[in-house]
This record gives sequence, structure tokens and C-alpha cells, in this order.
Amino acid sequence: MAIELEVNGKYLTVNYPPDTPLLYVLRDELGLTGTKYGCGEGMCGACTVLIGGTARRSCQIPASAAVSRPITTIEGLEKNGKLHPVQQAFLDAGAFQCAYCTSGMIMSTVSLLQTTPRPSTEQIAQSLQGNICRCGTHPRIIDAVQQAAAKMQEAAK
Amino acid sequence: MNKPAKLEPFLLEPERYEFRALPMHQFALARRDFFKLLGAGIAVFAVAKDLAAQETAPGPRGFHSEELPKEIGAWLHIGEDGTVTGFVGKAEMGQNVRTALAQTIADELGVPFERVHMVLADTALTPWDAGTFGSRTTPTITPQLRRVAAAARDLLREKAAKEWNVPADKLIAGDGKITDPASGRSLRYSDLAREDVTDHRTPPASDPVKPAPQWTVAGTPIPKVDARAFVTGSHLYSTDLRPEGLLHGKVLRPPSFGATLIAYDDSEAKVQPDVVLVHDGDFVGAVAPTVAAAEEALSAIHVQWKEAPQISDQEIFSYLKKNAQPSSEERFRQTKGSVAEGLAYAAHKLDASYNVAYIAHAPLEPRAAVAQWTASKLTVWMGTQRPFAVRDDLADIFHVPEANVRVIVPDTGSAYGGKHTSDAGLEAARLARAAGGHPVKLVWTREEEFTWAYFRPAGVIEVKSGIAADGKLTAWEFHNYHSGMSAIETPYVVANQFTQYHQVPLVLRSGSYRGLAATANHFARETHMDSLARLASMDPLQFRLHNLADQRMRTVLEAGAKAFGWPRQKSAEGQGFGVAAGNEKGSYVATFAEISVDRKAGVVQVKKLVEAFECGAIVNPDGLRNQVVGAMIQGMGGALFEAIQFQNGKITNAHFSSYRVPRFRDLPQIEAVLVNRTDIPSAGAGETPIMAIAPAIGNAFFDATKVRLTNLPLQPERYLA
Repeated sequence: MAIELEVNGKYLTVNYPPDTPLLYVLRDELGLTGTKYGCGEGMCGACTVLIGGTARRSCQIPASAAVSRPITTIEGLEKNGKLHPVQQAFLDAGAFQCAYCTSGMIMSTVSLLQTTPRPSTEQIAQSLQGNICRCGTHPRIIDAVQQAAAKMQEAAK
Repeated sequence: MNKPAKLEPFLLEPERYEFRALPMHQFALARRDFFKLLGAGIAVFAVAKDLAAQETAPGPRGFHSEELPKEIGAWLHIGEDGTVTGFVGKAEMGQNVRTALAQTIADELGVPFERVHMVLADTALTPWDAGTFGSRTTPTITPQLRRVAAAARDLLREKAAKEWNVPADKLIAGDGKITDPASGRSLRYSDLAREDVTDHRTPPASDPVKPAPQWTVAGTPIPKVDARAFVTGSHLYSTDLRPEGLLHGKVLRPPSFGATLIAYDDSEAKVQPDVVLVHDGDFVGAVAPTVAAAEEALSAIHVQWKEAPQISDQEIFSYLKKNAQPSSEERFRQTKGSVAEGLAYAAHKLDASYNVAYIAHAPLEPRAAVAQWTASKLTVWMGTQRPFAVRDDLADIFHVPEANVRVIVPDTGSAYGGKHTSDAGLEAARLARAAGGHPVKLVWTREEEFTWAYFRPAGVIEVKSGIAADGKLTAWEFHNYHSGMSAIETPYVVANQFTQYHQVPLVLRSGSYRGLAATANHFARETHMDSLARLASMDPLQFRLHNLADQRMRTVLEAGAKAFGWPRQKSAEGQGFGVAAGNEKGSYVATFAEISVDRKAGVVQVKKLVEAFECGAIVNPDGLRNQVVGAMIQGMGGALFEAIQFQNGKITNAHFSSYRVPRFRDLPQIEAVLVNRTDIPSAGAGETPIMAIAPAIGNAFFDATKVRLTNLPLQPERYLA
């Protein structure tokens, strides 16, 4: 079935069974492999993308359910060679080890900061509770989220 | 084809380093190919005896001598454009070796860090390597790379000396050039690298290399190389590769461990023309343009499996005790003095038994591989810690020469000791064999990952001990059943000791894990030491120091105590403090924990962890801190709640919803104190920082509740009723 999607500002039509999770369409069809498979059960957050600006687990969303809402993946954050402030903050904080969880962490953070521009540590922990980092980089990730929040507030002034 | 899920009738190797025979050939890459790849320049190939590593080891480790590879290799190339490329067989999987090794080369060769690139873990391009495990990269490869870089530097100096007709020893190498201080003239390395020179030498271990106090690039907190590719999602892990013509594979898994296929019927499977079924012995799989199509094809096959009843988690510990193998092997035990005599004059005696559950690595990037056959040549991209062993397995199983198999390891989404085996690569290669030259990708699902990989083995540990009235240990008897021998020997001073490791036939497929059995052995030992301190009416820290001669271990205990503020007065109901320490693989750790227990609510919280760690001279303090903190957090999982549940050959919690791993809300306040000893050669740091977490937390729980926890995971909430 032909599914029309808007991904990172581009309109695309893919032919897939409508119940195919969005994750596989992004990765296998569109080559957007920055979005990771970690569990396929919505329990690890590695596949997080923004749908209509909100963080969603792309392994749990049928591709057909993402029609007519803009989808943003990690590849869509960088603008004109400039990293998104959240990406830059993760880079500055060195908030990764193997970095397999990083895309999902960044996408979840972008979503969090849209609704909660200055989150407390507790709010960050609560918000990222569904994202697993097996390497144990959590303190630096919290640090990165706070740095990003501060930079984005500064820029908004 | 090997059965993908056959129970191995083997006994566990106590160290589980999984070393095999040394390779027949050290240099698979022809010199011609090397220059074709890199262009002209200077190349230094070196293979040296592992002398430096032996020197850095903390003396003979006693009765179980490690079987280390005899030779390690490193290659270095300096290109005409001044680019320096280091070739090492180790794999990057988040432990940051790509950065640390480049720092080492830049430091010794005298070039800016940005000029150095590392080619890692590619069986066609890098020297043979046993694998990335055992905290071996830093102590073995770093000195070797330094010697290779020093040899390259000498070669450049000799070339410049010849050019200027001056003695080479008057020339200075550094900042990417050779300088003649007498005349002030200089030549860039890139100018000197304009012709092919291959120096296939074995730099003597005595070659002077820069001592740590003189390091300028090493020893500094350089950020992870290629970090930008990770925040933009552009780094390609094995699971992300999409070579031209890619097809997807899927394996039909047996319903339980050790099940054998007794009936196979694919007559009703309406196989689409673009789907291929593979049936080879007990192996059943499909290749298709999409994963969904491969799954659909498999679902239409009728199969019957013969299953056998198996041990469950409920009975594992009694099974391990009952099935210990009688062994006369000396390497499994150590005797010093007489435990009976030591117990005879003890003022207090204490016997206890400790259980440790199976746990899973659960790397976030599951096991996966992409395989492609081109005529009789096979290429496999795979996140593995042992590319050369995977190559050997592939060559062996598919009956092709090793030279026809290439294994490439893209920087990997973590492993923690879990990616030693060849499974995903073998399966992908078997599927690809039926795919007419198309590359085939196989990505294990999370459930497959939790079921068909392997586990850190369960174990039972029994301790008998005695202390004198003055609080000195008089006797120490320690038995480990099944879990392993790493750090089995006590670092404390005891005149009368008996230590034994008991092999037990495997129940679940078991293998390497970050820290190996050092975590289990430290949990038992350091919990037991805490109980003894109470018997002696001594402060747990003072009791340890009282029985300890090892200065490096004293140092980390004291450094950690200072940062934690030990001894601390309790300021709230349910508060408790605990300490644990140890050493392994040339590094030292002391962990301090603060816990809060709310009996009414049934809630236990780790409030604070402070860990002092010392691994000799620190190569990259930023990377080290990241790795130490990471081990502390990962260690909390095995300490508090991680346990594999199994019943009759099935894993019953093969999901992140039922196998709990540490998450953000589990985080305590964390502090890592790094002790930098520039007078001691660098040791690895991937494992030791994990091993004292569990006993420190358990001891803090005792301090808060007077309840002694002797099982891993501790699951402290269970004891609050």
C-alpha cells in the first residue's frame, strides 16, 4: 500500500504493508539509520523520533498512523551544517560511550525541552526514564540536557 | 553448519578468556596491498613479545596463570600528506580505544592528535589480535604502539640525518617534523615520507619510550574522536549497513535450548520468488527483501522439535553444588598454611554461603551481522570483540581458506564481554550462501538477544573464616562453584588459606562478561569481610586496612573514604553506609555507598556512590571517568535487580519489560575519584570499576537494617517485610 509521509521536511511515498512499524520504513526503505532498533517493544527508546513535534517510539507506530503529520528523525535536526543545540550539548558534554542510545536520547530531549524549557533533574530523569543507556552515561546525559536548556533559553532571549 | 543453539557439553574455562591456538600467520596483508590502500609513505610493522604487559602485571597472579597471547602486533603508516595511520586489531565498542590509541601514537611520534587515524579490527588490514577483552588493550597495545611509533620516529630521524649528512642523534623529532637544532633547519614528516619504505622490525622492548610524566597528548582529556557522527546519527553500526543489493535474513529459533529438529515440511510455504528458505541440519532460516517477508516465509513452515527437560532457576544453586566436578587440577586451588590450624586459634569464626544469579549483557545494539559471498570469498561486517576468531570459525565451518574470509568490525554499540562468539556472523554467512551473491543482514531481536546469546554464569561461593581477638584474619577458605576464578584470591594478609574453584557442567550457555567472576568473588569476599568487621567490633574500613599490606589498595580505600567522608554519622532513620574494595587486572578500586531504607513504604534507595579507582598512569582522564562512572551504574543493575529467569530450557524474562536494567530514576549521586599514578604503567579500566558496587551496597543495607544480604541480585526490598 502506498503511504505518504513527511520526513524531515520532505514528502515521500513508500509502498509498505500499512501495519509495518515506522522504524523499518525509516531505516530499511528511506536509509535513515540514525534511528535505532533496540527492542522493538517500546521499552528502550533507541527508536525515538518526533511525530508532530512529540517524541514517539517509531517501533510502536504503524507507518500508516504517521501519515499527514511531520516526522523528524535525528538526521533532520542539523540545519545548514549547524547542529541543533541539543546535539551540540551532547557533543560538548561527551554524553555517550558506545553512543547507540544517543539518537533516541537526543530526540527525547528535543521533545522534552519544547514543553519544559528548564527541566529539573527530576523532570529530566522522569522524561528519559524510557530511554536505556546500557553504558551508564546517565549523569552526562542529564548534564547535556541542562546545558542544552540553558543555551536554548539564552538564544530565545 | 553448526547448530545455532546447541547446548555445549563443555565445562566452563575458569578465566573464560577463550584464547585459542596462536595464528599460523601474523601478516596476512601483502606489502603491495598495504601501499595500494594508503599510498606511498613510511610504514613500520612490528610484532613484539608481550614483555611490557608482563612487566605491568602486578607480579605473578598466583596459581592460575593467565594464558596470554605470546605476540602482539601493531602497524603504523605515515603518508605523503602527513597523515598517520595506526593499525590495531582491537575493536571500539564504546570504551574509547580509538581515541586513546591515537593519543598514544601522537604522543610518541610527535604529531598533532588530529593527524592520527586508527584502523581497528579488520582481519584484512590489521595485525592479528586475540580479541578486545580482559582489560588488555591499554597494557598490551599501548606499549607496543609506543615502540612502533618510536621506531618510526627513529627512521624519520635517520632519513633526515642522511639528507643533511649529520649524526641522527643530534636531531630532534616533534610537532610533525625533524629539526636540526645546530642549523635550525627542519623537514616535515610528510616530506620525509615521499618514498615507500617498509621497515619490518621488531623494536626491542627496551627501546626507550616516553615515560608518563613527559606525555603531552596522552594523559589529556581529548574528546572522543568522530563524536559528531554519533550525535548526527551518521555513524554506521553493523546494524545500519545497507550495501547494494541487501537482503534480510531471519532464523527460525527452536522452542527451547538443545531442542533438535525432527520434522521439517515447507510444502505449504508459498514461497515468493524473491524469498529463499534455508534448511541445513537443525538450522532453518529465510532470506527476503524485507525482514517481514522473511518472517512470513518462516511462519508457513511446519517444524517439529524434540525437547528435553532442563534445570530451572529455582533449583540452579543446589544443582551447582551437587554437580561440581571432582578435579585434581592444581591450577584450580591454592593452599597456604593450614586453615584448620588458623581456625583453631581464632577468637571468632564465620562461615557463609553466597549465590550469584545469571545475568545478561543486553548491549543496546543487538548481535548482528552483514555477510556477502563473492565467488569463494566471504566478507562479514559484525560487531564482535574477536574478529580474528570469528574469521577462523567462518573459515572452518564453510571450509574456505582463512585468507578468503574478511571480518570487519564497525565501531560497535557496546558488548561488555557479550560479543565474543561468532553466532550472528555464522548465521548471516549461512543465509548469504543461499542468496546468490547478495549481501544478507541478520539482526537479532531483543528476545533472541536475551535468549540465544550467553550469560554471565551463576555461581555459589562458600567461605569459612576466622579472626583473632586483635581483629587479624587467621584463616580463610574460599570455594567458588561454577562462576569463575577471576579475583578469587584474597588481597588481604592471611597466613592460612585454601582457595578452590569447582567446575560444573554448563546449564545455560555462559561466557565472558565485564569483570568476569571478579564481581561474584568480590561480592562474597567483601560481604564476608564486612561481617567479620562486625564480629571484631571494628569499623569496616579500619578492619580492612588492619588486614591489608597492599599499598595501592590502601591508597584507593583512603582516597575513597576521604571523598565520601567515612566514617559518617547517621543523620536519618534508615540510613546506612557501606564500603568494599578490591584489585584485579592491575587496577584497584574502593567503593563507598550510602543507602536509604524506608521499611514502611518498602523502598530501598541507593543515595550516593563514591568510587576511587587507580589503574596506573591515566591515558585519557575524560574517557576514563566516563568508563568508571558507567561501570558503577551498570554494576547497580547486577547488584540490585538483574537476573535471568529460566524454566525448562526457556528464558522467561527475555524482554526489557521483565529484565530490569538501570534507568535514570535509579541514579544516585555519583562521584568517581581517579588516582593517577604516572610512576606505574597504565592498566586497563573496563572491568575493575564494576566489581565492588554490589558488596558496597549490600554492606550499606546491613548497616541500615542489620539484615545481611548474601544473594546477587540483592533485591533488598524483599527483606523488608
